Amino acid sequence: MPILVIAEHDNQALKGATLVAVSAAAAIGGEIHLLVAGRNCRDAAAAGAQVAGVAKVLVAEDDAYAHPVAEDLAALIVPLAAGYSHLLAPSTTFGKNLMPRIAALLDVAQISDISAVIAPDTFVRPIYAGNALATVQSRDRIKAITVRGTAFPAAAASGGSAAIETVAAPGATGLARFAGAELARSERPELTSARVIISGGRGMQSGDNFKLLESVADKLGAAVGASRAAVDAGFVPNDYQVGQTGKIVAPELYIAVGISGAIQHLAGMKDSKVIVAINKDEEAPIFQIADYGLVGDLFKIVPALDAELGRRAGKR
Amino acid sequence: MKVLVAVKRVVDFNVKIRVKSDKTGVETANVKMSMNPFDEIAVEAAVRLKEAGIASDIIAVSLGPAPCQETIRTALAMGADRGVHVLTDAELQPLAVAKLLKAIVDKEAPRLVILGKQAIDDDCNQTGQMLAALLGWPQATFASKLEIGDAGARVTREVDGGLETEEIKLPAVVTTDLRLNEPRYASLPNIMKAKKKPIEQVAPEALGVDVTPRLVTLKVEEPPRRQGGGKVGSVEELVDKLMNEARVI
Repeated sequence: MPILVIAEHDNQALKGATLVAVSAAAAIGGEIHLLVAGRNCRDAAAAGAQVAGVAKVLVAEDDAYAHPVAEDLAALIVPLAAGYSHLLAPSTTFGKNLMPRIAALLDVAQISDISAVIAPDTFVRPIYAGNALATVQSRDRIKAITVRGTAFPAAAASGGSAAIETVAAPGATGLARFAGAELARSERPELTSARVIISGGRGMQSGDNFKLLESVADKLGAAVGASRAAVDAGFVPNDYQVGQTGKIVAPELYIAVGISGAIQHLAGMKDSKVIVAINKDEEAPIFQIADYGLVGDLFKIVPALDAELGRRAGKR
Repeated sequence: MKVLVAVKRVVDFNVKIRVKSDKTGVETANVKMSMNPFDEIAVEAAVRLKEAGIASDIIAVSLGPAPCQETIRTALAMGADRGVHVLTDAELQPLAVAKLLKAIVDKEAPRLVILGKQAIDDDCNQTGQMLAALLGWPQATFASKLEIGDAGARVTREVDGGLETEEIKLPAVVTTDLRLNEPRYASLPNIMKAKKKPIEQVAPEALGVDVTPRLVTLKVEEPPRRQGGGKVGSVEELVDKLMNEARVI
């Protein structure tokens, strides 16, 4: 039986995490269908049809899906699920909100945040903030899964030519309604897809001081992140948070500034390729996982780093 | 309005966990256990609703072996009125927990159920959504702000891109995120008072729920260790190494 991947998108384009879920579906093996539920979402559906490995795109259009709530999407997806062996969604706030609701309605377990596929019924998932890896086997007829965004390569966004098919949309259940959003707008790359991330912790002392990191970020084309301590202190908004309960990232380069390295933070970034730590406390746990540690006052080091990067960029 | 909160007993967030040598799980014997931090936020949210005159009666529910009673006592000391303990030594997975909670909700008829968004042991982030599904209720997950009206609630949610607001009908399930509140510490007099508050004990069978796990854990292993600990002496050296050794900038 085919696999259904539930696309996260903004009606125009697919979110990167959707391509990762497609890649996990390919690792499971089987025909891959992609569900695009939205309003005026032809562009997102057309993008889905281009994704390598996708055999069919199912489109469900309804006003209720412009900013869909889990209640309405579950009502759409549960009747479709009988024809599938696996349901996959990205392990983003979108997928984490939706997939357990679908699973419970199907009376099947949900397998959260898988990081590897061992067999079509057997998966690896991190537990205890990634300090242990559990291999679990499902006994259910339908496997409802969310996929860790850093664990699989993104499927190629082009090269496919899937058929696009319209499916009936049951529309609004009336249980819940989207009432607005305050989404961060930034010229910088998104945290979960950035090649370089520079993050600040409690050591930054204020939100204003994050400008120091932003200046370095602009030179490196980096995203700016934060530890929970910095978010809780109100230095930066919640969407900056990297960690067990925030975003899981694995960039090429992660620069941790004024972050001590609580296990909850390490859980969100320790799979980064190269880790740099800048901290005045030589004993900070972040240094144990850092490839390049620099002990000292961040308020001297970060401006010096900024200047050095500027100087070298001038030379090139 | 009656409010139900679910509280889970987990390995304390400060404990560095150890994987058992036989790979069957994580060592929990002689390890400090506490209430799941997100559930503390759930209890605090319920107590604040009571202080605001919105909640009348707060029921704290925990599911698991005998010591879960301590977790319920913690909730009672924070301000919950009474407890329900589903006593079992069986492994409980989120779907089974959601079914057990549904059975209790059917009996107690709360207008609002508040849970932590995820437990810090299994990191599943499922139970609240599953409970809402089984009840046919709306769900507002990852809440950072909660406003309760007569027929509905307005909930601000922490999503990947920032904040999102949803309007939901009541009864409903809400799961908490970190910024919803800062949980109080129970005072000594309240801890003493909590000892006299009632805790009802029930067995899963009495609730008519089959808790057989749907997922079999084949093994639990330690993740590969990261080789760290390298140091550089200056910003120039750092930039050099990033350019010429690691080649990431």
